[in-house]
Amino acid sequence: MPQTLYDKLWDSHVVHSEEDGTALLYIDRHLVHEVTSPQAFEGLRVAGRKLWRADSIVCTADHNTPTTDWDRGIDGIADPIAREQVVTLDRNIRAFGSLAYFPFLDKQQGIVHVIGPEQGATLPGMTVVCGDSHTSTHGAFACLAHGIGTSEVEHVMATQCLVAKKMKSMLVRIDGALPAGVTAKDMALAVIGRIGTAGGTGCAIEFAGSAVRALSMEGRMTLCNMAIEAGARAGMIAFDDVTAAYLKGRAFAPKGAEWDVAVAYWRTLKSDEGARFDATVEMRAEEIAPQVTWGTSPEMVVTVDGRVPDPEREKDAARRSGIEAALKYMGLAPNTPMTEIRVDRVFIGSCTNSRIEDIRQAAWVVRRLGRRVASSVKQALVVPGSGLVKAQAEAEGLDRVLKDAGFEWREPGCSMCLAMNADRLEPGERCASTSNRNFEGRQGAGGRTHLVSPAMAAAAAIEGRFADVRKLT
Amino acid sequence: MEKFVQHKGLAAPMDRENVDTDAIIPKQFLKSIHRTGFGENLFDAWRYLDTGEPGMDNAARPLNPDFVLNQARYRGASILVAGKNFGCGSSREHAPWALQQYGFRAIIAPSFADIFFNNCYKNGLLPIVLEAGTVRRLIDAIKGFVGYELVVDLEAQTVRTPDAEALAFDITPHRKYCLLNGFDDIGLTLRSADKIRAFEAERRARHPYYFNSRVA
Repeated sequence: MPQTLYDKLWDSHVVHSEEDGTALLYIDRHLVHEVTSPQAFEGLRVAGRKLWRADSIVCTADHNTPTTDWDRGIDGIADPIAREQVVTLDRNIRAFGSLAYFPFLDKQQGIVHVIGPEQGATLPGMTVVCGDSHTSTHGAFACLAHGIGTSEVEHVMATQCLVAKKMKSMLVRIDGALPAGVTAKDMALAVIGRIGTAGGTGCAIEFAGSAVRALSMEGRMTLCNMAIEAGARAGMIAFDDVTAAYLKGRAFAPKGAEWDVAVAYWRTLKSDEGARFDATVEMRAEEIAPQVTWGTSPEMVVTVDGRVPDPEREKDAARRSGIEAALKYMGLAPNTPMTEIRVDRVFIGSCTNSRIEDIRQAAWVVRRLGRRVASSVKQALVVPGSGLVKAQAEAEGLDRVLKDAGFEWREPGCSMCLAMNADRLEPGERCASTSNRNFEGRQGAGGRTHLVSPAMAAAAAIEGRFADVRKLT
Repeated sequence: MEKFVQHKGLAAPMDRENVDTDAIIPKQFLKSIHRTGFGENLFDAWRYLDTGEPGMDNAARPLNPDFVLNQARYRGASILVAGKNFGCGSSREHAPWALQQYGFRAIIAPSFADIFFNNCYKNGLLPIVLEAGTVRRLIDAIKGFVGYELVVDLEAQTVRTPDAEALAFDITPHRKYCLLNGFDDIGLTLRSADKIRAFEAERRARHPYYFNSRVA
């Protein structure tokens, strides 16, 4: 029987299966960071357990780490509770071991979902887990990758397995060519706008179609990253030459003859012709326009040439009150054109959009517009996803372009995506952000987030309001 | 893990959809390296009028009188009934920890986000999916009658209302077994250690490139 990519990944990792479908699933790669691991390590200690396989663990500190003052070392983390969490991770990794650890201040440190692929630690055919919902990112490499809670982090540490039940499968096929100025981020938001934030609940999504195949690995990671915002724990894309080209030569990728053996296997990591999915969504890339969210859920999204919705026109009572509450929080009037909304801050970064291609897109827009960040914008932050991304961007001169235009060029980390460090919005401030969640208070208590692509964020910084990047091309 | 067999408790309504984990427990409280102490900051941004930070004396903070759980009639509530897609967003287990430590034993909603749903079971907190119309009816009944109590019977897989209506819910046998006995998964899984070792050895032989052992 023809199998989906998900079927293949699932079947190749089942250690044992119970009658009700509950299975023990073997985990190849465990990514660990400072926020969701301390209680798991503590649990191991209390029970007198060890790591089942230390060399499955790749670790970094990213959520709490500052993006300035690295010359001050650990003292640069002003918040003593955050500092303790980072120090605790150091201590735990020293005591328990790992395959690789990129601690705070390391030249290769970065956002866990950026460094996994960058180091070749995420490989096709793997199961990849992490105590972070955006683990779906790694599915771009034809992996089964999803977020887990801290109890499960401890479970994987102690047993190398997860207790899991097979999800349903959803195919999201996007064919055609994206218009100039429209990116993987816009594809992701358009999918969420179409199926909703619970549209993929209970499913693993496979993204396919010519528009998906045409994406770079960076774009594919952006798309899979946002699968969780569509409710799906896992997003994935079949292996192809683009995947191979990205991985070849990376630190933990196989080398020499082993590379050829691996690639031969990886070529099978695609859905078979005629494989059956529980649900299918089809979209045309030509019809996707730059997206901007207007509300407090990623599904509250319109195209940049659209307007803030009018709750009066919503017939469903629950949905109407949801729109009203969101508009009140966001401080927006119904029917306002999106291009009339002014922003106070701009954030380019996060596990969604902090890779080299994202920074290139932002710099391209800045060059094209040839002006500085609008005087009405208090701050425009660019936070590269890792030390390696930062170094590459600097080698390409992108940092100069951005800094000369008035952007701040920071050290890597999660930063203002979730505002656990000092980078955050003040109450009432409005932000054009390349991150993944526009929930109430996500970027700081009372902050107002509009999710956009890096190109759209850069344009918003220069114009001081949302602008249609298609007009620049 | 605390066992869950049967629970009778006061129900409280959370009449909104897409209640996300950032709302359940805001990020500033995730800096803790402990597993406890989250209950006082459950729904922090909605519950208090000021901005909460770790280490504050929460008893001294101004409460938001409009927030549902601050109403006297819902004091001591242990069953939360909410709109669809409850627990969406991040994987933070701090969300079920906060709910459980506040005093909730069960959450009823038409649907839950997958990771949150899974995390609840690890903490003796029972997430119950009931049909949307039924949840709507329950929320209206809770709002309409002060002191509205529900009985959650895991053995029978029912939620019983004060007028003795029994609403059936699904749960996998594995999860039910763990909750009824208060078992956590690690001990159970390690009973299969030999199977895991055998699987691992075979995988290592077939795909050695997944077993890079350059341990730092």
